[in-house]
Amino acid sequence: MGLDEIKIGGLGASRRRVEDNRFIRGKGNYIDDIVLPGMLHMEILRSPLAHARIKSIDATKAWAIPGVRLVLTGETMASRNLAWMPTLSYDTQAVLATDKVRFQGQEVACVVADDPYIAKDACEAIVVDYEPLPVIINPQQALAPNAPLIRDDKENQRDNVVFDWVVGDKDGTDKAFAKADVVSKLELHYPRSHPSPMETCGSIADFDRSTSKLTVYMTTQAPHIIRAAVALVAELPEHMIRIVSPDLGGGFGNKVPVYPGYVASILASILLERPVKWIEDKTGNLISTGFARDIYLRGEMALRKDGKILGVRMHTDSDHGAFFSDAQPSKFKIGLMHSAFACYDIPAAHLTARGVYTNKAPGGVAYRCSFRVTEAMFFQERMVQAAADDLGMDQAEFRRINFVRDDDFPHRTPFGFLTDSGQYGKCLDVGLEAIGYQDFLRQKADAAKKGRLLGIGISTMTEPLGAGNSREYDILGIKMFDSAELRVHLTGKAILRTGAKTQGQGHETTWAQIVAHELGIPADDVTVEEGDTDTAPFGMGTYASRSTPVAGAAVAMVSRKIRAKARKLAAHLLEVSEEDIEWELGRFYVRSSPDRGVTIQDCAMAAYTNVPDGLEPGLENNAYYDPPNLTWPFACYIATVEVDPETGVWDVLNMVAVDDCGVRINPMIVEGQIMGGLTEAYAMASMQFITFDSEGNCVGSNYMDYLLPTAWETPGFELHEVVTPCPHHPIGAKGVGECATVGGPAAFVNAVMDALKGTGVRNIDMPLLPDRVYEAITQRHDVSGAPPVKMDDT
Amino acid sequence: MSSLYVEVSPEPASDVPVRRVTITVNGEPRTADVEPRLLLAHLLRSGFGLTGTHTGCDTTNCGVCTVLFDGTPIKSCTMLAVQADGHEVLTVEGLAGASELHPIQEAFKDEHGLQCGFCTPGMMLTAKAFLEDNPDPTEDEVRWALSGNMCRCTGYQNIVKSVLAAAEMLRAKAGN
Ligand code: FES
Ligand code: FES
Repeated sequence: MGLDEIKIGGLGASRRRVEDNRFIRGKGNYIDDIVLPGMLHMEILRSPLAHARIKSIDATKAWAIPGVRLVLTGETMASRNLAWMPTLSYDTQAVLATDKVRFQGQEVACVVADDPYIAKDACEAIVVDYEPLPVIINPQQALAPNAPLIRDDKENQRDNVVFDWVVGDKDGTDKAFAKADVVSKLELHYPRSHPSPMETCGSIADFDRSTSKLTVYMTTQAPHIIRAAVALVAELPEHMIRIVSPDLGGGFGNKVPVYPGYVASILASILLERPVKWIEDKTGNLISTGFARDIYLRGEMALRKDGKILGVRMHTDSDHGAFFSDAQPSKFKIGLMHSAFACYDIPAAHLTARGVYTNKAPGGVAYRCSFRVTEAMFFQERMVQAAADDLGMDQAEFRRINFVRDDDFPHRTPFGFLTDSGQYGKCLDVGLEAIGYQDFLRQKADAAKKGRLLGIGISTMTEPLGAGNSREYDILGIKMFDSAELRVHLTGKAILRTGAKTQGQGHETTWAQIVAHELGIPADDVTVEEGDTDTAPFGMGTYASRSTPVAGAAVAMVSRKIRAKARKLAAHLLEVSEEDIEWELGRFYVRSSPDRGVTIQDCAMAAYTNVPDGLEPGLENNAYYDPPNLTWPFACYIATVEVDPETGVWDVLNMVAVDDCGVRINPMIVEGQIMGGLTEAYAMASMQFITFDSEGNCVGSNYMDYLLPTAWETPGFELHEVVTPCPHHPIGAKGVGECATVGGPAAFVNAVMDALKGTGVRNIDMPLLPDRVYEAITQRHDVSGAPPVKMDDT
Repeated sequence: MSSLYVEVSPEPASDVPVRRVTITVNGEPRTADVEPRLLLAHLLRSGFGLTGTHTGCDTTNCGVCTVLFDGTPIKSCTMLAVQADGHEVLTVEGLAGASELHPIQEAFKDEHGLQCGFCTPGMMLTAKAFLEDNPDPTEDEVRWALSGNMCRCTGYQNIVKSVLAAAEMLRAKAGN
């Protein structure tokens, strides 16, 4: 029998969160809360222009302001070989501009002063003389003949192309199209968006000359990657670098890249030998850091009359801004875009992807997303709806007949991934039932007679989480495994550390639950620590919903190693041989007399007080987990909407989410993740985008222009679950953080497009702002491109 | 001056004006000399060490800096410290009693009304003032009341649940 797993806070317990105890008291420890003795403050001067040559920088007046300690410019950085830094995608990025600025908001100079107000004053006192250059704001302009060269700093760069990448089976796909009864086409734009956590980025660099040790407190989702990067960029020995990621006020992918502010604060601290704090303001965050999406997608689907999909072709043009600095697995230039159509049984597919430089902030980060899967799944589900419409088929039925069936696993996807589990049809059924599909179709038909526009949108998808196995996944050559270290103290309490880094996902709560599940140590007896590279084992951090699939697996594996050693101690205590011992949650007992047993706590005590000959004392271990495959959760999101034909405003009537993320460690937290994700999905579909005018001015540099939904706009969500355990994960979990953000947007857009069915409108690009919807309804045409700059402006 | 030691800058910026303010923060009068341009949020955080009040947007949009000013929620990133002279400010640090949490804090934990926790202090303070005005609100009323506080993590549903649960606890308490 063993212990009651739910009572000890094991797997499946909706355990209340440990971290909340400090957050609800205002005792979190975020970057800006940290104060070090003698600390100075750094501010960044940014470029007002999107593309310009720097003729001169005069900082004399800034130096003269009392309290100013240091002014850094590109020149200072260059003299230390730090004007440029390598990105996580084999490109280079300017730390402080030397030759020219390439996007609005680019870092031009930094001031370090006694307080942040003085530093800001001094930034304003710096005079920069710019010579404006022609500006490129989208791929169409970037690829035009004779387009100005943005990256003239790079020796072999002759055009604005970052990469050209191809995957899939061209011949097979051509043949599929030759056989098609119907070819359905779709072209769309996924607008530029910003992950925009409530907390901006920041760092405190603290270089101690007496020990040569550099400690950097930093808002990073991946502290170990940062340590490696600093070791390479600053040429400091890695053991003399300590990166500490404190409590993070959200991340969502924004806190993965290495930003110039971090590097400048490090150099400032080395030069001044004092701690230097840099806290980015919101505008700095929105205009210069990790953008997402901004991609033009087009494709076509070869269809048989009976609804079978025969093949798919896709092409993407992605806008990476001035530097290719988003972290993608090295092998995959357009991330995991080729996970598109993975839940459908499609014989052949082909994808070409082109990335370009523009005069915009570096973009393309995985915003609550596994490397471009959001764009992939959005295209997939919009394409599927368009195809169903072209065939005149019911959109649910069209999906069902093309789904990979439950008994077809493992299944090779059209682009070569291996999916291993799922119950797609069942998830769809649960969703249709919950939303009342047939009823709604009747309501819709009745409403139509009265001139009301109702619509229903479905989005179903399986996406790859948990990057990833070392055969295929690395960033800068570093393999994407993860780690956990567990120390059980003599009284049976424990501390667990992992290479991941929580940003609100609740690792401090859930990792302890995995230990409880594996060892029977109550979760309340396990402290969880992450984010300090001096103490945490090496790991690749938290993004791409990889924590549970990779670090979470490592937690289970290290617990099992501890259990294996505890078994030896138990045998010693019970004076029987190991083979005669059985395990139940929290306790070893003698098989032939189950009453004779010792608890895991007894074993822990013995590890320090009563160790048999030949056994090493202590009870601690670590595990590095290299996942055999990605994990493949499945989700079905269904939204119903009403569109007001008079105004173009649309309201969500109902939203149902069915998530199969495998075994749920803490159902309360899983549901919290799904609701948060659905809200970001709704945000993207309805209001959230960042655009640029023809001069490259960022429209969306603050929360008055960049709209995020509040409690008032956000609809309610109804959540359901299906559980198909992951066959290769030690506890059967698949990960969940991003699923709703990835799959959600298409449900809302499909719903609005369904409401407009029959008007001849095939596509409105996100966000579906009322004026765009109104334009589509009244003009009866598609509305495409990034507002307000339309594609035909180019 | 009761400090044992105060460091004085060797080259004081003589033209920097300073004003003395006294603000009752969480029930305790606190006095400070401030530059007139200093924001209240920064005085609370850097001056008084009350880092539970966060700053996020600088434009009065996000609400992570919300405190109660004479009982009313205000955004402390958009108020000067000198404007608070002679007034009462309640921050998240003043929410719990000596031994027990405020029902709103309990409810946020119980209903999973927070993830990263960055918006939470502001949310809870807005909720406190709101529930004092409207002890038995509808879901829509809660949503409207919270619309000046943004959260990027939770999707609001559990925040709304937390506030409704807190309202119930507070009503039960008041009934006793
Ligand atoms: S920081 Fe005050 S409202 Fe955002
Ligand atoms: S909990 Fe993270 S912003 Fe609200």
